[in-house]
Amino acid sequence: MATTAHREPVAPAGTPALGAADRLGLYEHMLLMRRVEEKGLSLYKQGKIPGSFYDGRGQEAIGVGATWALAAADVVCSPLIRDLGAHLVRGTDLASIFAHYMGRENELSHGREGNVHFGDRRLGVVGMVSMLPDMMVVACGCALSFRMRGEDRCALTFFGDGATSRGDWHEAMNWAAVDALPVVFVMENNHFAYSTPGSKQFKVDPIERAAGYGIASDSVDGNDPEAVFAAVHRARARGLEGGGPTLIEAVTMRMHGHGAHDSAEYAADLVAEWAERDPLDRYRTLLEADGLDPEPVAAAVEERIAAAVAAALAAPLPDPASAASGVFATGEPEPLGPGRAPWSGYREP
Amino acid sequence: MAVETYLEAITHALAQEMERDERVMLMGEDIGSFGGAFKATYGLSEKFGAARVRDTPIAEAGIVGTAVGAAITGMRPVCEMQFADFVACAFDQIVNVAAKMHYRLGLAVPLTIRLPSGGGFAGGPFHSQNPEAWFMHAPGLKVFAPSTPRDAAGLLCTAIRDPNPVIFMENKSLYRRAKEEVPEVVEEIAPEAKVVREGEDLTVVAYGAMVGAALAAAEASGRSVEVIDLRTLVPLDLRTVMDSVAKTSRLLVVDEANETCAAGAQVAAAVGEHGFELLDAPVRRLATPDVPIPFSPPLEAAVLPGVESITKAIDELADY
Ligand SMILES: Cc1ncc(C[n+]2csc(CCOP(=O)(O)OP(=O)(O)O)c2C)c(N)n1
Ligand SMILES: [Mg+2]
Repeated sequence: MATTAHREPVAPAGTPALGAADRLGLYEHMLLMRRVEEKGLSLYKQGKIPGSFYDGRGQEAIGVGATWALAAADVVCSPLIRDLGAHLVRGTDLASIFAHYMGRENELSHGREGNVHFGDRRLGVVGMVSMLPDMMVVACGCALSFRMRGEDRCALTFFGDGATSRGDWHEAMNWAAVDALPVVFVMENNHFAYSTPGSKQFKVDPIERAAGYGIASDSVDGNDPEAVFAAVHRARARGLEGGGPTLIEAVTMRMHGHGAHDSAEYAADLVAEWAERDPLDRYRTLLEADGLDPEPVAAAVEERIAAAVAAALAAPLPDPASAASGVFATGEPEPLGPGRAPWSGYREP
Repeated sequence: MAVETYLEAITHALAQEMERDERVMLMGEDIGSFGGAFKATYGLSEKFGAARVRDTPIAEAGIVGTAVGAAITGMRPVCEMQFADFVACAFDQIVNVAAKMHYRLGLAVPLTIRLPSGGGFAGGPFHSQNPEAWFMHAPGLKVFAPSTPRDAAGLLCTAIRDPNPVIFMENKSLYRRAKEEVPEVVEEIAPEAKVVREGEDLTVVAYGAMVGAALAAAEASGRSVEVIDLRTLVPLDLRTVMDSVAKTSRLLVVDEANETCAAGAQVAAAVGEHGFELLDAPVRRLATPDVPIPFSPPLEAAVLPGVESITKAIDELADY
């Protein structure tokens, strides 16, 4: 029996214009995430993906909408287990993602990592560590060097409601405020941390703590990609103008368990309730009502996934002789590269 | 060349590297115009500005994590822990975030973390530790532990120019006591051990503050003792140790750190495994027993190795 009361998000204001191509693009990437993860789950159940499997079913609008608002030079540090969409928006190669999931040779992790633990450096994405929310602090450091060099770039980081209980959350919030860092904190409030509801995690809602740190906050419907996009867009602009960090709360809910192993009985009611708010169904209905046809996009997604899975299954397993290589870097470090910045607002007209 | 203390040599190397490479930045508590708890950064804020010599909140995980972020976006951060003991608060960011990043993601983390370490000042259990072995056990970290001003300056340059996270141990007892001529232009030093006293009868391996104590003990023993300063613990230069043991056939390993799994344990294990046939006596170890460092001077002196206990161990080993 779920006991957490969830708050209704506040509707955002000042949404930048999203053209038809943007809206179809948002839908395409949300669907791509949904379908990659469905395929992943089925490969996991077939034993083709070792270890464990986690996904972001029901939370696609957050990773996709947030990353859509980033410019190419911005850095995502880091997408977490609910944020495959962020990798997809930045342009991460699909076949590499599947090969990575399967522990096969791939250019993202060379078999040294699994799950959503990867990041394509060349696309300005830093892979997560399991320890939550360590990467928030690292994102602050990215923002710090942008600031020191006078670059118009921001860093964006994701974390869940549960991660707000750890000390690194406080260190990041406090430091980012003190140094007015251009960092965007995206909190995915899905009401649970594994089986633990918010009521056992904190006394004061994390979004309310933002004021105590002296930083701006924004609570949005996490199942609406345009609302998430708009919030990140505003936060990014604030950060680049010297207004410091923003804590964004994207209110959402998982549509199933914490991972493939979890039946989520502790949250059965809430899961059922939020299934009605499936961000993909909702967005598709909205686009269709606005006269857009998502069907061609959907067909293309299926083709891409089939090709990527086939390529990944054909990839060799990593060479066991390589297991101990690459512990140390040699030579001049390779920098983080630019990601894809798909929003039409960043493109030359 | 001018005579500098260990501390001055560190300030010298930091200034040189900041001059030479504008990506180099310093982060730590009270390191700005105050110059740090030990004054290692004194004057650098005036010279290079508060943006590059950053006073941070009291947030060790934040210091290291933020430095990782700066490092992967093109900076060369050098962090100071106010005392080595506080690095425990940053442990996760060091071993899980920084150390594994290149192996997992192919992302290099050029980061130096300076740790003022060691006992002998009635600092008590929280201002006296030698935590280097914690980091030797985490793949992906280099660990340097110089014992002289010249080596401190040179190895600090090596650390700052290295594309990996380097834990840089600075034994506090050396800060003002160790003095020698340091070249005007500090050059990188290769991470290798150094024979600092030649001898035939037995080999003493030490690093940090124990090098000076071992040299004094060698002198006091009146024997032909070879003393090796490891200088870096990762990488660990076992070749130099093995060559010496091949000559002397007797090995004493001294750590100021707690005994179990200390750097010296790794040296002893390696010589036991690969140098058994070279030995005429069991490898002897001397380290701080497995207790927190007590505050009261007679208690502290009872646990830390020193000239007297090293001399005694040399005599016993030589007479074995
Ligand atoms: C520091 C830390 N402790 C424990 C875990 C194990 N763990 C993985 S996910 C998770 C729940 C996280 O909840 P939340 O932050 O709300 O994110 P969500 O999974 O709901 O997206 C836990 C406890 C972890 N990853 N990091
Ligand atoms: Mg959660």
